[in-house]
Amino acid sequence: MSSTTADLLHDDHHDKPRGLKRWLFTTNHKDIGTLYLWFSLVMFFIGGTMALIIRTELFQPGLQLVDPQFFNSMTTMHALIMIFGAVMPAFVGLANWMIPMMIGAPDMALPRLNNWSFWILPFAFALLLSTLFMPGGAPAAGWTMYAPLVLQTGDAFPFLIFSIHLMGVSSVMGAINVIATILNMRAPGMTLMRMPLFVWTWLITAFLLIAVIPVLAGAVTMLLTDKYAGTAFFNPAGGGDPVLYQHIFWFFGHPEVYILILPAFGVMSQIIPTFARKPLFGYASMVYASCAIAFLSFIVWAHHMFTVGMPLSGELFFMLATMMIAVPTGVKVFNWVATMWRGSMTFETPMLFAVAFVILFTIGGFSGLMLAITPADFQYHDTYFVVAHFHYVLVPGAIFGIIAGVYYWLPKWTGRRYSEFWGKVHFWLSFVFLNVTFFPMHFVGLAGMPRRIPDYALQFAEFNMVSSIGAFGFGLAQLVFLGVVVHAVWFSKEKADAKVWEGAHGLEWTVPSPAPYHTFSTPPDPRLMTTEAHS
Amino acid sequence: MAHAQQPGYYVPHDTHGWPIVGSVGLTLALGGAAVWFNGGGAGPMLFALGLLVILVMLFGWFGQVIKENLAGLYNEQVDRSFRWAMGWFIASEVMFFAAFFGALYYARVYALPWLGGEGAGGWTHELLWPDFEAHWPSNGPARLGGEFTPMGAWGIPALNTAILLTSGVTITWAHHALKAGRRGGLVLGLLATVLLGATFVGLQAYEYIHAYHELNLRLDTGIYGSTFFMLTGFHGFHVTMGVVMLTVILLRALKGHFTPERHFAFEAVAWYWHFVDVVWLGLFVFVYWL
Repeated sequence: MSSTTADLLHDDHHDKPRGLKRWLFTTNHKDIGTLYLWFSLVMFFIGGTMALIIRTELFQPGLQLVDPQFFNSMTTMHALIMIFGAVMPAFVGLANWMIPMMIGAPDMALPRLNNWSFWILPFAFALLLSTLFMPGGAPAAGWTMYAPLVLQTGDAFPFLIFSIHLMGVSSVMGAINVIATILNMRAPGMTLMRMPLFVWTWLITAFLLIAVIPVLAGAVTMLLTDKYAGTAFFNPAGGGDPVLYQHIFWFFGHPEVYILILPAFGVMSQIIPTFARKPLFGYASMVYASCAIAFLSFIVWAHHMFTVGMPLSGELFFMLATMMIAVPTGVKVFNWVATMWRGSMTFETPMLFAVAFVILFTIGGFSGLMLAITPADFQYHDTYFVVAHFHYVLVPGAIFGIIAGVYYWLPKWTGRRYSEFWGKVHFWLSFVFLNVTFFPMHFVGLAGMPRRIPDYALQFAEFNMVSSIGAFGFGLAQLVFLGVVVHAVWFSKEKADAKVWEGAHGLEWTVPSPAPYHTFSTPPDPRLMTTEAHS
Repeated sequence: MAHAQQPGYYVPHDTHGWPIVGSVGLTLALGGAAVWFNGGGAGPMLFALGLLVILVMLFGWFGQVIKENLAGLYNEQVDRSFRWAMGWFIASEVMFFAAFFGALYYARVYALPWLGGEGAGGWTHELLWPDFEAHWPSNGPARLGGEFTPMGAWGIPALNTAILLTSGVTITWAHHALKAGRRGGLVLGLLATVLLGATFVGLQAYEYIHAYHELNLRLDTGIYGSTFFMLTGFHGFHVTMGVVMLTVILLRALKGHFTPERHFAFEAVAWYWHFVDVVWLGLFVFVYWL
């Protein structure tokens, strides 16, 4: 036995393997975080290209560039790729990099499982993207995959279903790893209520993932058997109901919305105190508000389907429950503003994105409140108003959260400073063009322009042209982002020190920049946590 | 050096490639199944190949973990990580079944009564199927799959309930024997559990044959057939997996693995076994009985 032990230990002591092997076989949380982040950036550009195809077709009324079936494929694939390929993996990448360093752990709790969680994703998206070249085209029934429409998908159908199963397996394993890490790997002294908010919001997100991703798996499995095995889950002739699909899907779908935003709330709660040079206002209330949002996310799903013909009691319940979410969300927004209040603020790139987040996400929240009003929603449902709403919470919400986090922690990852000038150029271009793109959608939506349509009535022409110009501006601005990241990773000469930001607090700033390959192999001094990790 | 670097928590520095092998296996199996659904000839072969690769991955990966565990690399904290992971994995499984139970309740409480003319769905009834009377079990207003006889609760299903509940006792007995250092009791208890589990699966298979041949109850028998076979089918699949896992634990017990203090693999499989047991109770009450 002793020889085995020696072999194993020897075997495990390749410090930092090189080349392809390093990335394929790595168990290191920082390597895996890097893989997740690059993967999500690639998906961000693929999904973004699809968005630009959509906006090109919509530049003018009439059908000019693509056929309607392909247009529908683009709206469907754009959403699936952005949600499951760009935003979720980016947050898992941030979690991988930062959670072990923020809680003083040597790595994620289950390093090999961590490798698998990532390495499922390229395969899942290869399956999904391969559908673009199949007879019948890529899935075109919308990312929500409503039955019975989605059952008309061609050869792509089983590939769509199975790619979603694979993404789900990856997400659930990732979530399990996050929970095991946070609950079992905290350094002595890092009590739950001393954890940085990013760790808290990710813990809550992980619970949401475990609770709802399997439900999505169940829903798409029912679609599969309805199409190929003759089951009647969504077929009224056999006693089923298409509305049942919508209930199951949105039982997943609404918590999913918070899966996409809670980690961004966490990032904001790290960045704003740093650049306001004040501790986070109302730490405990932030934790409780996040928990409340997560709980409420389970009992509001049917606000996505007010117009399907639910009983009145259902409409009322889901309207009121939805409006209640404004309370804990308001707590968070007020806390961020109060953190900035009378702070000695500076506006480096992460802070610019954070301030824009607070303002623009709140606009998205308010349009959400409008949509929550059942009778009003009968007018807004499936219009561009909905598209405007969820892009306001996802682009300056989730995406700005990720980008702000990347700028904030990039010097810690690379040991070099990114170009502050080009970072700010990226911010201002993004900020301006996203509003140019998405704000007019409120107007065309309220005027009745339906979503997921390649052609539209003439009176919507001007606003659509403005949106399309904005979209190309926003897309090009992201090439600036790519340039800033590439420069910071490989070319920047300006070294970053351990603390990077003057006002930064927390364990990740106590290790050198770039963070060594292994951090906290021995736990940090507990005294660091009582004074600093809080804010 | 490695000792100095890892005083406590064991962080493996190499996956030995098993995760990638697993991803290739999953992709082959699911991609193969997709080709199969589309009527492609290579589908079944790709599917089988994928399963084979997954099997190799499971052997290799678990083998590596067992080897490291026997070498004493895993401390109490590593053990706790495994516990959290298994616990939340089972929680995710519970939610998967919840989706199908939810479909069953929705169909019985809302969809069928509406098709029968009640409440919000009244117009569907008036316009499409004015003669339809909703009652459970049902294969819907179009009577998909034709006349059928529903599965009774008090024959094989009741027997299977007794079998699974008994297997819950035998695995607990095996656990007590393990903790008391009685290896004979451990092996006997596990063997009894495996046999009871296998009997359950056998009876379930017999019940399916009976349903298809004598009751005209099939997967395409409307919503009743759909919920019946999908719920019991996924459960039966989980029991089968459980039996395989128990068999591995039995073989490991025979090889002398597990100590009275440290035997998380045994406990993990026992948790899983109790989980399929509890799901069955839900099935027995809501699918077979009520």
